[in-house]
Amino acid sequence: MNAFPTPPKWPSILSRITAGLSFPWAFTFFYLGIMLLLPAAAVFTKAIALGPAEFWRIATAPMALSAYNVTFVTAFAAAALNGVMGTLIAWVLVRYDFPGRKIVDAVVDLPFALPTAVAGLALATVYNDQGWVGQWFAPFGIRIAFTRLGVFVAMVFISLPFIIRTLQPVLQELAPEVEEAARSLGATPQQIFMRVILPPLMPPILTGVALGFSRAVGEYGSVVLISSSIPFRDLIAPVLVFQRLEQYDYGGATVIGAVLLLVSLVLLFMINQLQQWGRRYAIR
Amino acid sequence: MGIVVENISKRFGHFQALDQVDLVVPDGKLVALLGPSGSGKSTLLRAIAGLESPDQGKIWINGQEMTHLNVQERQIGFVFQHYALFKHLTVRQNIAFGLEIRKVKGAEVRRRVNELLDLIQLQGLGDRYPAQLSGGQRQRVALARALAVQPQVLLLDEPFGALDAQVRKDLRRWLRDLHHQVNLTSVFVTHDQEEAMEVADEIVIMNEGRIEQVGTPQAVYDNPATPFVMKFVGEVNILPSGLHRTHAQMGSSVFIRPHAIKIQSQPTATSLAATITHVVYRGWGVHVELMLSDRIPLTAQLDRQEWEFLGVDTGETVQVELQEAIAFADGQQQSGNPPLLFR
Repeated sequence: MNAFPTPPKWPSILSRITAGLSFPWAFTFFYLGIMLLLPAAAVFTKAIALGPAEFWRIATAPMALSAYNVTFVTAFAAAALNGVMGTLIAWVLVRYDFPGRKIVDAVVDLPFALPTAVAGLALATVYNDQGWVGQWFAPFGIRIAFTRLGVFVAMVFISLPFIIRTLQPVLQELAPEVEEAARSLGATPQQIFMRVILPPLMPPILTGVALGFSRAVGEYGSVVLISSSIPFRDLIAPVLVFQRLEQYDYGGATVIGAVLLLVSLVLLFMINQLQQWGRRYAIR
Repeated sequence: MGIVVENISKRFGHFQALDQVDLVVPDGKLVALLGPSGSGKSTLLRAIAGLESPDQGKIWINGQEMTHLNVQERQIGFVFQHYALFKHLTVRQNIAFGLEIRKVKGAEVRRRVNELLDLIQLQGLGDRYPAQLSGGQRQRVALARALAVQPQVLLLDEPFGALDAQVRKDLRRWLRDLHHQVNLTSVFVTHDQEEAMEVADEIVIMNEGRIEQVGTPQAVYDNPATPFVMKFVGEVNILPSGLHRTHAQMGSSVFIRPHAIKIQSQPTATSLAATITHVVYRGWGVHVELMLSDRIPLTAQLDRQEWEFLGVDTGETVQVELQEAIAFADGQQQSGNPPLLFR
């Protein structure tokens, strides 16, 4: 069923895979292959070329382990916080009408639009010891900018829109009748929220958290400006990769990159499974 | 006992949804609120349920005043047009919802749910999710969910409105039979007069936030209190005043049901000449569209034998006899006087 005959110059393996596939299928495979699979495969092959012993040594070096910890744990904390706060904000934006709602709604996208370096600069300005926010914490010995807390703040900032934008359309589609039905059956507002509203929102909340988490793991520009990038303190893995490259240590850079890639893939797959489970009732 | 509504008004902005409405729904009866959209029927139902708070007036259910109670405290069952099922819960979990809120014990919940699954004839489908059911099945689940908490009254807002014609017919018969079984005071909203006629013990006809008439299906059809009821319930021909000689002095329109028009070939003292413009065969009968001499359209309804006996067809001129015409004096709508019948 090949609408477009396969060009003969294609590598034979590729044409064997795509033979018998319709044009949209073949195109999808080709596109995903070039855009996603190939770069990922390149990182893995390069990293594996170092040999398993060397790979393991670089991947589990104390500095690398600390960098994974800072990256993944902080990103998870940021995504989890946004899971709660983003849900609240989305709820307010959908359910409440107040002056300036449209403006607030537009501002939510700011982290999408702002170049990450600008975001980092802005956050460092506000959260340093003399900044608008930082000055209130400094007397208590809490430093935000140039510590792991600063990394957390940057990750919260850049991952916030994901949860809100994922949840908004779902909230808009929630039928008010369903809540009225629960009320007519005697449910209190708390019971309605916990038993009727929240369960169908869990899949989009998880999707939003997963997207926000992935974004936070991959964040570089804003974090590099608000952290001091000191190993074992607030050095994140992507910055470590960059430092390795600066030192012409391409092997080290690809190994850490490969680990990042692998962990992200596994986590995304797990969240995907969780979403499927959350959506079980939608399957006909 | 039953439901008593006293002097209820409700305004949405500039729109008067309910205008000083009084209504009594007798205990154990199945009553239809019938009216066009915007007539206030849904608002009245929602006010009884406590989903809408009226601007003034009082509501009693089974002798207890409910006006200032929450929906949760009113012990009502409510069924929505679009089912409003909890789509993340199975059929069983949906039906059990109200019982679990009331902290009924697990074994008792299971017993009640099984009983209700029998009642709605969905015994095998308890573990399905709403998305896996048809519209008619979903509405039956919604009904079981509402009945599970043993409400004092059952309120249904356009319960068949979202269903296909055939399913709707089956389900409304089923609802009527179910009501005979459980004998629960029930009110349902509909804009479909046929549905109201078929299901309800009593029909409440509403228009522009007011009640036009309350009566049995036969009463509202045979003795409409106002021109609105006459037009809304059943088909009707509206003729300008002065057309009919016995009615010349009344100065308002004359209403004639299609079956009250007799077609004949020979003129009499009271007959009028008309031309047949179209004939619609309806199985059991024939709808004849006619045009009177002064370009006034008229629809008559005959049974098949009568029609075949006449032996006329489209384009031919016949004589029509207007029997059982009903007229309303001006201002009748407010006074509610019985209509003037004449022959």
